[in-house]
Amino acid sequence: MRSPPRNTPDAIVTAVKHPSALTETPLRQPRGHTAHSTTAHRPPARTGSRGRRREETDVNGADTAFVLISAALVMLMTPALAFFYGGMVRVKSVLNMLMMSFVSLGVVSVLWVLYGYALAFGDDTGAGLLGDFAHLGFKGITPETLTGGKEGIPVFAFALFQLMFAVITPALMSGALADRVKFSAWTLFITLWVSVVYFPVAHWVWQADGWLFKLKVIDFAGGTAVHINAGIGALAAVLVVGKRAGFGKDPMRPHSLPLVVLGAGLLWFGWFGFNAGSALAANGTAANMAMNTQVATGAAMLGWLAYERIRHGAFTTLGAASGAVAGLVAITPSGAAVDAFGAILIGLVAGALCSWAVSWKFRLGYDDSLDVVGVHLVGGVAGTLLVGLLATDGGGLVQLGRQAVGAFSVMAYSFTVSWLLAKLVDRTIGFRATEDEETGGVDQAYHAETAYDFSAVGAPAAARASAVTSTPVMSRKAGKAGTTNSTTTDKKVDA
Amino acid sequence: MKLITAIVKPHQVEAVKNALQSFGVHGLTVSEASGYGRQRGHTEVYRGAEYTIDLVPKIRIEVLAEDADADDITDVIVSAAHTGKIGDGKVWVVPVETVVRVRTGERGPDAL
Repeated sequence: MRSPPRNTPDAIVTAVKHPSALTETPLRQPRGHTAHSTTAHRPPARTGSRGRRREETDVNGADTAFVLISAALVMLMTPALAFFYGGMVRVKSVLNMLMMSFVSLGVVSVLWVLYGYALAFGDDTGAGLLGDFAHLGFKGITPETLTGGKEGIPVFAFALFQLMFAVITPALMSGALADRVKFSAWTLFITLWVSVVYFPVAHWVWQADGWLFKLKVIDFAGGTAVHINAGIGALAAVLVVGKRAGFGKDPMRPHSLPLVVLGAGLLWFGWFGFNAGSALAANGTAANMAMNTQVATGAAMLGWLAYERIRHGAFTTLGAASGAVAGLVAITPSGAAVDAFGAILIGLVAGALCSWAVSWKFRLGYDDSLDVVGVHLVGGVAGTLLVGLLATDGGGLVQLGRQAVGAFSVMAYSFTVSWLLAKLVDRTIGFRATEDEETGGVDQAYHAETAYDFSAVGAPAAARASAVTSTPVMSRKAGKAGTTNSTTTDKKVDA
Repeated sequence: MKLITAIVKPHQVEAVKNALQSFGVHGLTVSEASGYGRQRGHTEVYRGAEYTIDLVPKIRIEVLAEDADADDITDVIVSAAHTGKIGDGKVWVVPVETVVRVRTGERGPDAL
């Protein structure tokens, strides 16, 4: 096992995102250097010095295509998450809920180029805690730079794929803060959070010199770095921001379960990129992971539905959607380290456990509005610990111990720093919406829009007629308002 | 003249509308409504949190009629909306002082 050939199931447990480790290093023997120490400052060697390695000096087209497609799949998960959450809130804050996720695509994409990629995947500064600044602004990375030095996929493909994880992780936290935070404050919070929490933790877990990677913690696609990290961060933010007005008293029904199911379905679809794509190669590991993803997710949906039927008497649609997401979360750390029956077990446990965990908030009194803790933290911890026991290669108490160290150190770090960042935002610009803004709805308060035009319901004919006759008039008015009368539209959009 | 107002189950609206048409009613108004009667509400469960939904969705149908037709129209609505289960709704009749057709300015029974 010292140097397993890539593209074989033996490479499975290399279970790591770091390309150099994935292509050249088995899990138990992490390499003491990183991809960039060999790649970034050299042109790609088109002809190897040794003849038999000649063909390996080229870009791997199949792997590159697969990773680029996977990046696009993972990108879709952020809008999918927006719908999943958006359907669960009340009518007055749907747009805000969508925007809290969607804006992450803007913020994190820019930060990733500036310093995110360098901090997360640059050469280690020495202690396994953070990347150095050598690749700030993608410095030294060209289209010819490959992940494995003389072989592999372009670093740009790897960086794009990893960017999508950095986008969705802060977005995951938004569900916990539904209906009640200032949009400007949220944007500032995720800017700080990805910089100080996500980028370092991704380095710990996935960079070949990260301290958790060297500890041999298995986190194939982000159980620790993404789900535990976001789940505990959301809890910290909730404790700073406080409960929604009327929590536990007023009914807060989901306004559109079809949107929730649409979102869950698209998440499921995108998650094939998230999980299988983390193999960073179009190979057996990726196929095995795709299968485990499907199986665990199906089992988790059944687990959630079974718990609900026994406990609450009905098979709910929201339960099916939530169970599927819990399963996706729980199988994420395993990768192909478990077999299909391990995946079924992980799914069933996660589904049932998470459907119980979502009731904790009422007992303990924290308003984790859309159950980010109950699904992502609990599902992430369950998956991360279970793979320690169930791993087909090396699973057992020792690995369980490593998994626990990984999970709990990230929990401790993320909770502490997230709490401090939320406090910082709250003390400076104020995190929470005013009472009036919250009661009237954050959609109108911060976005000057409403999601649905109820005046049109039941009067389609009239609406159509007026649209036809008044279109020219309206456009003229709009043009005028834009130039001479802008004060009427100049509402206070954000505090 | 009378105003006949009926609160019925959403699924019965088509039946009521068709019955009124075959009876010869020329116009009616339908709107969405919500409320409760003896049936009270029902319980919904979202991730284990139970909500009692007090106000049940209903449809309100309003028909203007001449005094002589009011009883017959009421019967037509009741028989079309009847399912025999709890929550079938209610029908009531109130006197109307006058009615005006906006287009022509006609008043009283001519405007019906």
